[in-house]
Amino acid sequence: MKGRAGVLYTLPLMLWSCIFFIIPIIIVFIYSFLAKGLYGGVVWQFSLKAFSALFSWSFFRVSLVTLLIAVLSTILTLLIALPVSYYLARTKNNTLLLALVVIPFWVNLLLRVYAWIAILGREGFLNHLMTFLGYRGEPVQFLFNFWAVVIVHVYTYLPYMILPLYSNIEKFDFGLLEAARDLGATHMGSLVRVMLPNIKGGIVTAILFAFIPTMGSYAIPDLVGSTNSHMLGNSIAYNIRTANNWPLASAISLVLTLISALGIMIYFFLNRKPARHKVREAP
Amino acid sequence: MKGSRVRVEVVAKWFDDFQALKDVSLDIKKGEFFSILGPSGCGKTTLLRIIAGFEDPSAGLVSLDDQNVVPLPPNKRPLNTVFQNYALFPHLTVFDNVAFPLQLRRENPKVIETQVRKYLAMVHLNGHEEKKPGQLSGGMKQRVAIARALISEPKVLLLDEPLSALDAKLRQSLLMDLDFIHDAIGITFIYVTHDQSEALSVSDRVAVMNEGVVLQVGTPYQIYEQPANPFVARFIGENNLLEGVILSKNGFCYTIDTDGLGALKVTSESRLWEPGQRVLHTIRPEKISITKTKPGGLSKDYNLLPGRTFESIYSGFQSKFFVHPEANEKMQLKVFKQHESFLERGPDISWDEEVFLSWDADDGYIVEAIPQ
Repeated sequence: MKGRAGVLYTLPLMLWSCIFFIIPIIIVFIYSFLAKGLYGGVVWQFSLKAFSALFSWSFFRVSLVTLLIAVLSTILTLLIALPVSYYLARTKNNTLLLALVVIPFWVNLLLRVYAWIAILGREGFLNHLMTFLGYRGEPVQFLFNFWAVVIVHVYTYLPYMILPLYSNIEKFDFGLLEAARDLGATHMGSLVRVMLPNIKGGIVTAILFAFIPTMGSYAIPDLVGSTNSHMLGNSIAYNIRTANNWPLASAISLVLTLISALGIMIYFFLNRKPARHKVREAP
Repeated sequence: MKGSRVRVEVVAKWFDDFQALKDVSLDIKKGEFFSILGPSGCGKTTLLRIIAGFEDPSAGLVSLDDQNVVPLPPNKRPLNTVFQNYALFPHLTVFDNVAFPLQLRRENPKVIETQVRKYLAMVHLNGHEEKKPGQLSGGMKQRVAIARALISEPKVLLLDEPLSALDAKLRQSLLMDLDFIHDAIGITFIYVTHDQSEALSVSDRVAVMNEGVVLQVGTPYQIYEQPANPFVARFIGENNLLEGVILSKNGFCYTIDTDGLGALKVTSESRLWEPGQRVLHTIRPEKISITKTKPGGLSKDYNLLPGRTFESIYSGFQSKFFVHPEANEKMQLKVFKQHESFLERGPDISWDEEVFLSWDADDGYIVEAIPQ
């Protein structure tokens, strides 16, 4: 009886994900196999044109740039997030520090990206700082390039990495580090050999939290990037709004969804529980 | 002897404005099984952590075979620790846990294999190599930790309350295993515990600590029979502490006018005490004999006190009695009686019964003079 009632409890959630998740994906899936309408929309006629357009140099290039930006910014974010979350977890009065990590969530993403424009722009804070420190050359444009896109992604997804890492490291038994030191490991050695394997779940979660949204990023490359740092999100927007090619936009969306799904599958693979053996008492 | 001599010289440790250790000095011999015994919060674990290198002393030094190790980090010290909570690496198998110190040194895999099997055999854990710590019982976990701490052949093994998380039966058998391992490999063991029976049963010498101070260092026999001060007398085993003024002295035998009990005879090897002095003296509960009838034929150096039991606790191998002496109803004396033979009609003494307590003057002990 209990089991059947349990199914009922999940009904609202199942309805929710049907309406807002599964049905849209099915629509996108169907659209990608239809012909493009002249002024947007689709013509109800089977066509593989959208998918054949994916096998082009320009699409390959955009995919590569997207992947590169996502991988690079995920690695950089992780390198910053790991020591920060370690410090947070080992600090006793960390309420204020945690608040500082969370506060950016309260500010709209676009506002935060515009703040970066104010920092990196030709007339921006960074150029003023350089002049103040004695730089006498032409003002430098730090915006509208590949690295500006990477930096703003690192900034945006840092809290998304810090929080799962922090909650994982906080549960870690730091006594194990002492044990490792005692048995001959250096400080760094104890962190790499003992802490990292034990917070693996947190690291994988943190990587997914940064990697998947970066793969689908649109606003950031649109605002601080250039044509060289065009990402798949920009291609989708372009095909919907300018090129009136909805089937192609749907096909690109499908590819993105597949890449994200692949990431989640890797996550489940890495976090799977080992098969349990029966515990036998020693004689 | 493969172990090291460990010397702790006037070590002090401050945590902010709390002083955890006050000028602690110990000289631990090569290959000794040395215990540090004290109630929780007495500073014994802090002292062990200073020896291991997890804490720096605020003052003083720690030396291994005349080399000062205070500047060395824990990984450079030739000593390993067995922790109270086992501290096994949960992501590694039993084999990899034990192999950890050797893998750090990039030892030949064949050497690692034979060494791990040798040390796992020493702690009776062959056949469990591929299990994860989460699949082991508490006793097995601690044995893995012991093997892991010994495999790199340290000169000193530090044990921080290694058995306190285990149940009583397991504690006994693991303690005997530890004693056996100590005899087999012969390195210095420094064993921190709050459990006096553990400390007394396996140690060569015991240091009793309280409030950051070492109160007495001695063999288990000395600690039990000749406590150096009231704390040790009270902390080790059970005891009856009495106070009184020395009336007379006859060789080694002192007659003490004990508060509330009158004249009691106590033998002391020390000649320090003088008539007129106020002293603290003790009689262990198990050394008092309790009878329902007045015992006859006592020698002149015997003490005899009539009294009334107000509590009796039967616990199989012995009974504990709490007795109000007739001379002073407000006082209570503890008496333990071993049940050496079968009691056909059950315990012969119960509560609220007239009894006689008697003990030999030799069984009493004078702890210290009390300044008046």
